[in-house]
Amino acid sequence: MKRHLISAADLTRDDAVLILDTAEEMARIADRPIKKLPTLRGRTICNLFFEDSTRTRISFEAAEKRLSADVINFAAKGSSVSKGESLKDTAQTLEAMGVDAVVIRHSASGAPYRLATSGWIDAPVINAGDGTHQHPTQALLDAFTMRRRLVGKDALGQDLAGRRITIVGDVLHSRVARSNVDLLHTLGAEVTLVAPPTLVPVGVERWPCEVSYSLDEVLPKSDAVMMLRVQRERMNAAFFPTEREYSRRYGLDGARMAKMPEHAIVMHPGPMVRGMEITAEVADSDRCTVVEQVANGVSIRMAVLYLLLGGSEPAVTTTSAAPRTEESK
Amino acid sequence: MSETTKTLIRGAKVLGGEPQDVLIDGETIAEVGQNLSAEGATVVEAAGQVLLPGLVDLHTHLREPGREDSETVLTGTRAAASGGYTAVFAMANTFPVADTAGVVEQVYRLGQEAGYCDVQPIGAVTIGLEGKQLSELGAMHDSAARVTVFSDDGKCVDDAVIMRRALEYVKAFGGVVAQHAQEPRLTEGAQMNEGVVSAELGLGGWPAVAEESIIARDVLLAEHVGSRVHICHLSTAGSVEIVRWAKSRGIDVTAEVTPHHLLLTDELVRSYNPVYKVNPPLRTEADVRALREALADGTIDIVATDHAPHPHEDKDCEWAAAAMGMVGLETALSVVQQTMVETGLLDWAGVAERMSFAPARIGSLAHHGRPVSAGEPANLTLVDTSYRGVVDPAHFASRSRNTPYEGRELPGRVTHTFLRGRATVVDGKLA
Repeated sequence: MKRHLISAADLTRDDAVLILDTAEEMARIADRPIKKLPTLRGRTICNLFFEDSTRTRISFEAAEKRLSADVINFAAKGSSVSKGESLKDTAQTLEAMGVDAVVIRHSASGAPYRLATSGWIDAPVINAGDGTHQHPTQALLDAFTMRRRLVGKDALGQDLAGRRITIVGDVLHSRVARSNVDLLHTLGAEVTLVAPPTLVPVGVERWPCEVSYSLDEVLPKSDAVMMLRVQRERMNAAFFPTEREYSRRYGLDGARMAKMPEHAIVMHPGPMVRGMEITAEVADSDRCTVVEQVANGVSIRMAVLYLLLGGSEPAVTTTSAAPRTEESK
Repeated sequence: MSETTKTLIRGAKVLGGEPQDVLIDGETIAEVGQNLSAEGATVVEAAGQVLLPGLVDLHTHLREPGREDSETVLTGTRAAASGGYTAVFAMANTFPVADTAGVVEQVYRLGQEAGYCDVQPIGAVTIGLEGKQLSELGAMHDSAARVTVFSDDGKCVDDAVIMRRALEYVKAFGGVVAQHAQEPRLTEGAQMNEGVVSAELGLGGWPAVAEESIIARDVLLAEHVGSRVHICHLSTAGSVEIVRWAKSRGIDVTAEVTPHHLLLTDELVRSYNPVYKVNPPLRTEADVRALREALADGTIDIVATDHAPHPHEDKDCEWAAAAMGMVGLETALSVVQQTMVETGLLDWAGVAERMSFAPARIGSLAHHGRPVSAGEPANLTLVDTSYRGVVDPAHFASRSRNTPYEGRELPGRVTHTFLRGRATVVDGKLA
């Protein structure tokens, strides 16, 4: 694996499967009375959030704490950034304080890449979502969720070969869609994007996926359907006429869900806009994995942090079936 | 600067042709021929080098007044001389905007004082570049700066009525409007060329159609009102087709291309390094090919640098926060040599036409872009075309370093530049 995690496209099939397998091990920690590993004790990780995202930040923080890392949360609001300090100066300040890894969320596409490649800092950089570019840990947790549901919990070493995944909604503005297309393709899945033509980027023809404008045609051929959040303000820029028209053509309701194969699941990266891209009936159904995805997010982020930072430590997955924990020491 | 009155340039290939001697006496070329006498003259041994008329840049941002942290008239004209230029047109998007006789006269005077190359100010088409009300175009023309080129560059004159009126109005004094063709609504939030790469990188797209639709409109407007129009930094294959069509109809349109659009593509944006952020954006390989062919066949008339200096901090940041623009004066001729001469698309006479004669004509500069012959003003550039060197911005005369060519090997080096007989560059160094 590379030193940083910037894009899902950077991961090979074996990298991705290793992360998913490691996350399975991590998930078992969550079932223990003491949900903690000593792996990153004495290491400091900074969650550098230039954009509001409580759920992603908390997920990383939970993962870091379960690995016993020291956690610094840096939110742009109320910090020097709002006074005009540059990304470079902020990064160098953190580096000077001895941070061992930086988890960054930024509204500008490419900001994590810049941070990792411009020589501003040495620490590994983990992209927690940048602009409309990438959100690799989201794609990993989605793949993890799919593998568990569609392949099984004892799917260690396996990928998603042949699984048909449909991603629906605002692809144009979605880092989740980009990351998922890259990772799912790497894992052997067949991806179809469904959106009104206005919300599909020019240049999509080179992506390793299909594009359809009709949700109804694709649903019966889907093993998983991932609904993306659609912001209401998009209709002000004429991406679609009204919220109701969007819902009628691209929203997932009970009737549409019934067209999916019986085993197929409904996914959503959250936060959901109920009544827009998804109805309450679907969101609250057993087929919807939204809450599971949140839980899996912690396991995936533990796995990523472990593999990027704990490489020299004894591997939790090889020495014994169960990872070492505080209680077993 | 050396104050020699007589200089003999010995054995230079004039416009790439047969070796000749060129004798400069005072401000003019006294004689061109074989075995000229060197008596009383400083001799420049130029065997193997190419002698061109002093280069003319129709599109330079000198930043003064207002952004002296990125460039001044003095540093910008020193950069120009280093690059072989003897005249530059200074764009109007300064602070304050060059939309009055007072500001254009100030810039003109600063150029005269600097003395490294002639500075011909460009006047803003509209007050404050806001596209709403015409500036006092006549007053700028009547001023000491004698403005004939008008542009809101950096912004498009997007209102069709304002554009029409400007095209019509400047006919009274032989002016020309240079359009920055960018449909503003189609480019809101635009960060790079819209296409395969922007789709992957998640950067806001700047579609080719936003340039092409404005060019199409403006050539039709120019035809309708019988005016001439100049298109700044044309960047797409589609724009080439429109200009070619317009010229075939006899529409009085001229167009420029920048060196960077002749060499670089949007693939470079994958680095997210804002040194590649420029407006209009770097396009695709197919566009680069079309632009080179169009420059060779005359559809595109000239090369203009769009030299756009920015301080380091405006590029040492994330892509979206970075300023758009690249410096270009000191590398333009080398890029043209690599992309046009060494590919066989242009000979040196063709380079002289596109980097000196034609820009001087479009900008109505009487004393630049003249033939290398007796009696003409001694504005000359001597180029060692066999030179190969790696671009090191630390050696730039410009105050800014935002070059996309750092570390890249480029051919050719300006060894001497003469402005009215006076050497501004000697042996590759500013005099």
